[in-house]
Amino acid sequence: MNSAAFVLISILTLGAALAAATLRKLMHAALCFALTFGGLAMFFLLLGAEFVGLALVFIYVGAVAVLIVFTILLTRRDAVKERRVHWAGAVIAVVAFGTLAWSILRTESVSVVAHRMPSLTVGRIGEALMTGYVWPLQCTGLLLTAALIGALVLVMEEKQ
Amino acid sequence: MSEFADQIFVNAKRAFLAPMAHLPGWLVQAASGLIDIFTLLAVFLTLFALVSVLERKILARIQNRYGPNRVGPFGLLQPVADGIKMLIKEDVVPARADKPVHFLAPILIAAAAILALGVIPYGRNMTPFSIDGGILFFFAVGSTTELAVFMAGWGSNNKFSMLGAMRAIAQMFSYELPLIVAVLPVVMVVGSLMPDRIVAAQGGYLFGFAPRWFVFTPWGFAAFIIFFVSGLVESNRTPFDVPEGESEIVAGHMTEYSGFKYATFFMAEYLGMFATSGLGITLFLGGWHAPLPFLEFIPSYVWFFVKLSALVFIYIWIRGTLPRTRIDQIMNFAWKFALPMSFACLVAAALWHYAGRGFSGWCWSLAMVGGVYTGLSFLLDTRRKFAPRVYRFAE
Repeated sequence: MNSAAFVLISILTLGAALAAATLRKLMHAALCFALTFGGLAMFFLLLGAEFVGLALVFIYVGAVAVLIVFTILLTRRDAVKERRVHWAGAVIAVVAFGTLAWSILRTESVSVVAHRMPSLTVGRIGEALMTGYVWPLQCTGLLLTAALIGALVLVMEEKQ
Repeated sequence: MSEFADQIFVNAKRAFLAPMAHLPGWLVQAASGLIDIFTLLAVFLTLFALVSVLERKILARIQNRYGPNRVGPFGLLQPVADGIKMLIKEDVVPARADKPVHFLAPILIAAAAILALGVIPYGRNMTPFSIDGGILFFFAVGSTTELAVFMAGWGSNNKFSMLGAMRAIAQMFSYELPLIVAVLPVVMVVGSLMPDRIVAAQGGYLFGFAPRWFVFTPWGFAAFIIFFVSGLVESNRTPFDVPEGESEIVAGHMTEYSGFKYATFFMAEYLGMFATSGLGITLFLGGWHAPLPFLEFIPSYVWFFVKLSALVFIYIWIRGTLPRTRIDQIMNFAWKFALPMSFACLVAAALWHYAGRGFSGWCWSLAMVGGVYTGLSFLLDTRRKFAPRVYRFAE
């Protein structure tokens, strides 16, 4: 059953990713992009990494995708007419894919299939964040707060 | 006897699945899932039909008129008539609409509402979808609603729809923060994101009669109020129905929907209301636990649905009583009051925990919540004199 689910989710995710890259209408591409993230989240749920999968839905489908569609909405709406190939984009895509594939293939835990990882519960992630990774966590929090205040300052009503 | 009545649905499902024991495991699992899904849909769609007629009856009572009373006894068959009307209506799609997006929006919004219902414990051993991060699942699924609302607004290709969708997303985003931060104290005190464990932590009675629900602690009471108000905003109901705003933008993102798609939006709104109330009951009102020890003979699911009905009645009561708020009032309330207050609840819950969860902890957290409430009311200065409104862009 798991392998069947894996195949179905793979088809969905890859199809949505391909659609996001090729669709003419920008809004459809953005929505397919959100669907891709939904598929990725399903992969994590299938692997038993609930927290990562749900956080992916929460952040990418709930927030980032809405940000992207609003960016499209609030910028100019006329679609680019010419359909030429952007070579710079292709090069960046190949480099990104190559780097990821290289680092994934070099990771040892992937090559050993029989090695069973302990299930990744929310509690263990919380413990790790609050002990070993407390400095990165606090720094990220500070950065996000600064960004929030910065956004507020940008949109604040100017006194005449 | 009470044990039998309490577990009757659980045992019925088990008996139904027993003859399938020799089949492969995944088939039994699928059958079990299907039973859960069908039960969930049947119960909540019936409840939706009942509440839709009850809401009209209660609103009519508040406004001193009769309400629906033509179809069936006391107008109880009104939802059937409404359903038939919605089904045979013409489904109008605007010619310039973005058709796939226009079509998918109501499906996505209803799917999110139904999925969110799946993680709530409805009774002892009666959680349809029991996972470790249940609370997180609820909010992750709920956050896709914003994308669905946007799809409805964009797909309709209509100014009113887009304006309504933007208003809806603005207020849903703003209130998601207080909503989630108000949930955090409970998660922190229980030490788990699993709804079943949160309900279990509220079992038992203090001094033999007082229920140990979190709403009876100062931090829990304040967090529950914030949770309830934020849930009201998330469901886009009066007094926060600015996105729909019938008198200004017709029906917001639902303007261009007709027939059954419109009914689907309404169904999603009601199911979302049930889901938020259900989560509020799970987190603060003791889930399916009875309020007093001698009432425990009544089955657990009855208590859950009694509490749900009470909360839904309060929703309807508020709708019949309060006028619509302005968008700037809604936003000010979210960022200047609800958010600091929910953080104060978090600190108060920590004080309650470290003071031993007893009477002294109760007093400490009351002091914390009361102090922040008083401080905020001085800072925000609600007694400020009202002045004529200054319009920046519409002179």
